[in-house]
Amino acid sequence: MIRPALRMASLSVAALALCGCRGVQTMLDPAGDQARQIDVIWRLMLWVCGAMYLLVLVFLAWALWRARRPPLAAPATGPTPAEPGLERGLAGWAGLIVAGLIVLVTASFLIDRSLAELRPHPLRLKVTAHQWWWQVEYEGARPDQLLTTANQVVLPVGRSAVVELRADDVIHSFWIPNLAGKVDLIPGRTNYVALTPRRTGVFRGQCAEFCGLQHAKMAFDVQVVDPAAFDAWRGRQLAAAAPPVEAQAALGKQTFESKGCVMCHRIQGSEASATVGPDLTHLMSRRHIAAGARPNTRGDLAAWIADPQGTKPGTPMPRVALSSEELNAVVAYLETLK
Amino acid sequence: MSLDAGAPPIALDPERHAALARVWATPRGLWGFLTTVDAKEIGKRYIVTGLVFFVLGGLLAAAMRTQLARPESGLIDPDRYNQIFSMHGTTMMFLFAVPIMEAMAVYLTPLMVGARTMAFPRLNAFSYWIYLAGGVMLYAAFVLNIAPEAGWTAYAPLSGPQFSAGKRSDIWAQLITFTEVAGLAAAVSIAATILKMRAPGMTLARVPLFAWSMLITSFMVIVAMPAVMLASSFLISDRLIGTHFYNAAEGGSPLLYQHLFWFFGHPEVYIIFLPGLGMVSEITATFCRRSVFGYPVMVLALLTTGFLAFGLWVHHMFATGLPRLGDSFYTAASMTIALPAGVQIFCWIATMWDGRPRFGTPMLYVVGFIVTFVLGGLSGVMLASVPLDTQVHDTYFVVAHFHYVLIGGAVFPLLGAIHYWFPKITGRLPSELAGRWAFALIFSGFNLAFFPMHLVGLWGMPRRVYTYSAEMGWGGMNLLSTAGAYVLAAGVAVYLLNLIVAARRGPAAGPNPWGGGGLEWATSSPPPVYNFGMTPVVEGREPLWLGEELPVLDGLDERTREVLLTSVSQAKPTSREGSPDPSIWPFVTTLATSVLFVGSIFDEWWVVWGSLPVTACVIAWFWPKPSHSRQVKRRDSGIPGAIA
Repeated sequence: MIRPALRMASLSVAALALCGCRGVQTMLDPAGDQARQIDVIWRLMLWVCGAMYLLVLVFLAWALWRARRPPLAAPATGPTPAEPGLERGLAGWAGLIVAGLIVLVTASFLIDRSLAELRPHPLRLKVTAHQWWWQVEYEGARPDQLLTTANQVVLPVGRSAVVELRADDVIHSFWIPNLAGKVDLIPGRTNYVALTPRRTGVFRGQCAEFCGLQHAKMAFDVQVVDPAAFDAWRGRQLAAAAPPVEAQAALGKQTFESKGCVMCHRIQGSEASATVGPDLTHLMSRRHIAAGARPNTRGDLAAWIADPQGTKPGTPMPRVALSSEELNAVVAYLETLK
Repeated sequence: MSLDAGAPPIALDPERHAALARVWATPRGLWGFLTTVDAKEIGKRYIVTGLVFFVLGGLLAAAMRTQLARPESGLIDPDRYNQIFSMHGTTMMFLFAVPIMEAMAVYLTPLMVGARTMAFPRLNAFSYWIYLAGGVMLYAAFVLNIAPEAGWTAYAPLSGPQFSAGKRSDIWAQLITFTEVAGLAAAVSIAATILKMRAPGMTLARVPLFAWSMLITSFMVIVAMPAVMLASSFLISDRLIGTHFYNAAEGGSPLLYQHLFWFFGHPEVYIIFLPGLGMVSEITATFCRRSVFGYPVMVLALLTTGFLAFGLWVHHMFATGLPRLGDSFYTAASMTIALPAGVQIFCWIATMWDGRPRFGTPMLYVVGFIVTFVLGGLSGVMLASVPLDTQVHDTYFVVAHFHYVLIGGAVFPLLGAIHYWFPKITGRLPSELAGRWAFALIFSGFNLAFFPMHLVGLWGMPRRVYTYSAEMGWGGMNLLSTAGAYVLAAGVAVYLLNLIVAARRGPAAGPNPWGGGGLEWATSSPPPVYNFGMTPVVEGREPLWLGEELPVLDGLDERTREVLLTSVSQAKPTSREGSPDPSIWPFVTTLATSVLFVGSIFDEWWVVWGSLPVTACVIAWFWPKPSHSRQVKRRDSGIPGAIA
């Protein structure tokens, strides 16, 4: 009977050892103030709960070990007096649980308070969740400085950001484990989440509330960059797309604007100005397409446009009938959208 | 194996046995099958049906695990996958866990409290039929590829008219109606049986802990279930007749749905595991040959859990952006649950420490329960913290947590309990060797399947995803989980095969094979149709362990169905009451009600026209009959045909 307990313990140790692992979407490798605070309570919880678990297992193992004593002649019934140690033990155990809970509740409360703290002059973003992609807008001082992108969040390191969260259709949840906990985006409500990244790097966020058919493929890229790089990125993103020079790309632009594409997408500086689907003005600056479903390469882009339902069955993006020349042209055009 | 073979403490001479057996008999054949009001018969059916749904839900889980074993697996398409996980959750929560706990109580509580049958036997029969009808409807929808796909929680607006086309969410909403009606009906019968039909002398301080847990569970069902019926009825009216309860654009609120759902949903978890705790107490006492240590503490802990259960629901909504100060209250309330739970764990281990545990198969499940449930409880403490919950909420960490709590806390005790009471129900002993093998496979398979889920959750894997990309690095742990799931499935197969074989060919069990002290062991195995020849009189918590012959009370009428009612707290005999004969009306009423429920999925007018046959059936069901005392009097005075 002690064997399963041992196995569990060794598994737990293995789990602890793995805690150090790094990843683009893990809460165990915090890269921002909020995630770091939560990591503190996680570690506290792990130690306190781990200790309690160990106590239970030891007591259980001891009790089972004592089963070897000679059997009782008759079953002990009614209010049989127990060994006196047991009653004191029960009181002590209850006291220990209460003490542990007080520590954990207090720690949890204090850390929760601290999550609301912001550094001065936070960056302001708006994220709107759609089935199944993310629209990201950066507020600017003037209306022409409003920047719209999709499925990517770029943040300057060391500066707080306040993200305003809304949903366009059903409930989604905005979650970048390396930076902070998740907050739901709910139709008819506006929620906020604060992010204060402390380390540059590439991370990943994903929808965490089941939102329908393609919930599994609703991710976004997160890049934390230094402030200068952020300003440069922002400047580039604000610029309109330059008209293509190459003949194939020009044909692609023409195709894009004459076929179904233009009905949903916007490319600033071109005829395309719809806002149903993601803004594609600077598509090539993104690491993935289709909300993290595919990497952003020429081949994937072509495959995605040729058969969106094959990559992401149920996506609102329809299959647009294009000849292979047209498809190549559209891809060539999209590749100019740096 | 048999510690106490031979005649049960309460046996009747053949003549009286024949008379009682005739009075309480169920008619033969199909008619008898449809009309029976015998709690044992209904309990057995309920248990078997529950196990069938357990197997179906388990097969769905195996399909999911197969899909998730490899990244980017194309085995199951996303639509089917979403149906499968919605069906898995709905089946396990609504068609397996709650019903089978009530089923165990339907079979066992009359025996444990020394009664001839349940209170409200026809309502009890109705409960089973309506439950069966709901389950059949859900699986018919699954076969037709129109099963619900918005998760077992069916959050609006995803399940609303705009985003869930077709009839899928309506089917889910009506399944809820079916199962809740069934659950409420059974809960009322169980609570009334435990409160009013206990054997004389079984004061509240002597009620077996399983009966205590079922009493509290029944009251929780009665208070919690109306909330989810409201949630699902609002949903179906949004979908069917254009109300806007959950439509934010028209002033409704998607969060209203979550509040209503979780006001039921959290107590639901305790509705599932409180009976498990009762089962653990019964098994522990018998196998340790010692009364459970700290009986009053145990009862108080059950009661505390039952009350606290209604003040925790917001911890399922920490990510919805509710005011943080309010959330903190729910953190404290949720963590408080650790106190009654921890105290109970101490009491069970203390019982083993002070007693002399024997490791029969049921006891192995108790040990497995403690090891597993405590781990799940502790991860629950973690989830109660608002900041930590915002990270792990809706990830595989939560999936691991609730399977540790529900499988560890309810299914392990249930499997132990079925093995433990199987000889009572069938009169035959299951194989200990196969039982141990099943336990080993189930316990190791379970931990192999679910422990890695904690890790992938921490590594960022959200729940309810039909696939994941290879670069996320979740593949290894998912493969491990899948392997564990297959081992678990093999264990369940061995477990069930053992029971099936034993039911036909197992050795005779005798009335009390484990040497238990409760009243259910005082009658033969399987019990006669009238349960007890004479009413036992209870003088202690384990009446059969008191060392002397079990005192009995004679004098209940043997020519009519008669039960003894006793006072609520002291169990003093107060009156003799009639108990209904077999009746077809529960079954016919179920048919009429099912037509109404299923019809209303398609057109709201079915609610109006469908209620007419239901009303007619209920009138026939409750058509006044001569009172019990008049029946007895007429019988005594020899008027023929007085008893219908």
